[in-house]
Amino acid sequence: MTAFILRRLMQSVGVVVVMSIIVFFGVHVVGDPIYMLINPQADQKDIEAAIRALGLDRPIWEQYGHFVMGALKGDLGRSFLFGESALKIILQRMPATVELALTAVLFAVVFGIPLGLYAGLYPDCRSGKLIMGSSIVGFSLPTFWVGLMLIMVFAVILGWLPSTGRGQTATYLGITSSVFTIDGLRHILLPAINLALLKISLVIRLTRAGTREAIHQDYIKFARAKGLSNRRVIGVHLLKNILIPVVTVLGLEFGNLVAFSVVTETIFAWPGMGKLLIGAIQSLDRPVIVAYLIMIVLMFVVINLVVDILYSILDPRVRLGEASA
Amino acid sequence: MTVPSVGPRVDPSATPRVAAVPPVVAGAERPFVRFARDYLDSRFAVAALALLLILVALASVAPWIVPQNPYDLAQVDVMESRLPPGTKSPLGYTYWLGTDGSGRDLVSAMLYGLRISLLVGVLSGVIAMVIGASVGLLAAYVGGRTETLIMRLVDLQLSFPAILIALMLVAVLGKGVDKIIFALVTVQWAYYARTVRGAALVERGKDYVEAARCLGLSNARIVFKHILPNVLPPLIVVATVQAAHAIALEATLSFLGVGLPQTEPSLGLLISNGFEYMLSGKYWISFFPGLVLLLTIVTINLVGDRLRDVLNPRLQK
Repeated sequence: MTAFILRRLMQSVGVVVVMSIIVFFGVHVVGDPIYMLINPQADQKDIEAAIRALGLDRPIWEQYGHFVMGALKGDLGRSFLFGESALKIILQRMPATVELALTAVLFAVVFGIPLGLYAGLYPDCRSGKLIMGSSIVGFSLPTFWVGLMLIMVFAVILGWLPSTGRGQTATYLGITSSVFTIDGLRHILLPAINLALLKISLVIRLTRAGTREAIHQDYIKFARAKGLSNRRVIGVHLLKNILIPVVTVLGLEFGNLVAFSVVTETIFAWPGMGKLLIGAIQSLDRPVIVAYLIMIVLMFVVINLVVDILYSILDPRVRLGEASA
Repeated sequence: MTVPSVGPRVDPSATPRVAAVPPVVAGAERPFVRFARDYLDSRFAVAALALLLILVALASVAPWIVPQNPYDLAQVDVMESRLPPGTKSPLGYTYWLGTDGSGRDLVSAMLYGLRISLLVGVLSGVIAMVIGASVGLLAAYVGGRTETLIMRLVDLQLSFPAILIALMLVAVLGKGVDKIIFALVTVQWAYYARTVRGAALVERGKDYVEAARCLGLSNARIVFKHILPNVLPPLIVVATVQAAHAIALEATLSFLGVGLPQTEPSLGLLISNGFEYMLSGKYWISFFPGLVLLLTIVTINLVGDRLRDVLNPRLQK
């Protein structure tokens, strides 16, 4: 067990190192940010001074070494644009993104599981087929297109909900979030639905597949033979067993949600990390791009690691498979 | 562009060679005929295919049927921008779907945009398929360290969402058609490699491969002439799904303003350009390109779905 965790930990560190090299060197091969940031009328001396101030005059491997040393101390460079620590800027935007992603996960569970359960229990009935059909459509719709339609229908035509921004935030139990105010809730509704749509489709499919499989298992037959009510068989025995894959996938998909929030945040002008990244790409703000990508890679690696470890605890076969491979 | 050519290429693959040799049953059909008939069984899928073919045809002949070349600045008048659908142009034709923010006729701009979207999607798909399939075949046939290394790489890449990798690449490479295609190829090759390796592993263990080896055929010949035709069915299904993915991803990147350049707008860029006017009620600039994009993606997916059913050997009677 410990050996397994240690080995996975080493692998994860390897991935982070490789990704940091790819990202850093990749980003430093493109265009010259100095000409985008400095006044076009500046003379050669000013430009050189700025290059020195930003550390761009040193060889690239030295910049990388400097970057790694800084990264280990939690310093991922200073934003060229804001002149502040890149990490600090990203961390400032992080709560908004996490809030959006968590709300989306909540929607995925609240809508996805009941619909999937229904489609799995009544696969041949018309509404069951309709649910599956819509989940296919949900899979193929591009996120940004759905976002546009949501804005068009609910913000422009009906005028029910605001289309941009985060709204008012409030602090409750030490957490500052916009879900604690009515205004904030109104603002988060559309982006969260937009972000959740793909995941709702995913949860529907997973739940349906799990239900279809579990319904023929002996333990369900046994529970029925014991004379348990339908509600108890489905709500307790069936649901408990199909929840395991759903929860795992949702855990894994959380990183995906944060990545996809780039699109949703841009459409709804949600002040999160994703919108920051797009701005940084457009203005060639290298430290912010690098810091964002490193953060995301780190998050993915941690999520994958945690899921793997949890799996090895829940299901010993995983560990055995790894050991024999 | 992709789908119509899919049919004939399936020909040798649908049944193994051996089965095709003796005409046992009187009513035996050529595999392609059976494949086509199976496909046509579903009216829904036929409608989707027809719609997709119409879209592809319209995009292909766009320069000869639209009233305006949207890339030719001499033909575009900024004074004519943001006109609602149905307005008459000073040159006598009607802007059936209105004009966009730069004064382009929206029908013309959309068909030209569809051309670019399809081109980028299909081209990147084909390149990714060639690379991914070769790598997947190599992994399955060679095995050992090479296989482990390749599959580790595939797993590593697939553990990150496609959009993130694509964003990372365009952040690094910058804008441009070639760069977007490169990013899309990088994102997609792993899906092909995984699919082909899985299918090829199964095929490698079969008797006909053993027989081909006994005949002393070269490795390249066994891989490309014997194994490859038999892994085509899953490959075709993945190719359709990936084509839709690639088009959606390109549109997303262009929408975010990190994809194709403004001079030759794809559908995603047209939607993005119209987005700023949407809040003031000028819905058509974003809505119609979005509709075309949606139709393209959904029809490709429906066709792919049907192909999966038809080509799945487990479902064949």
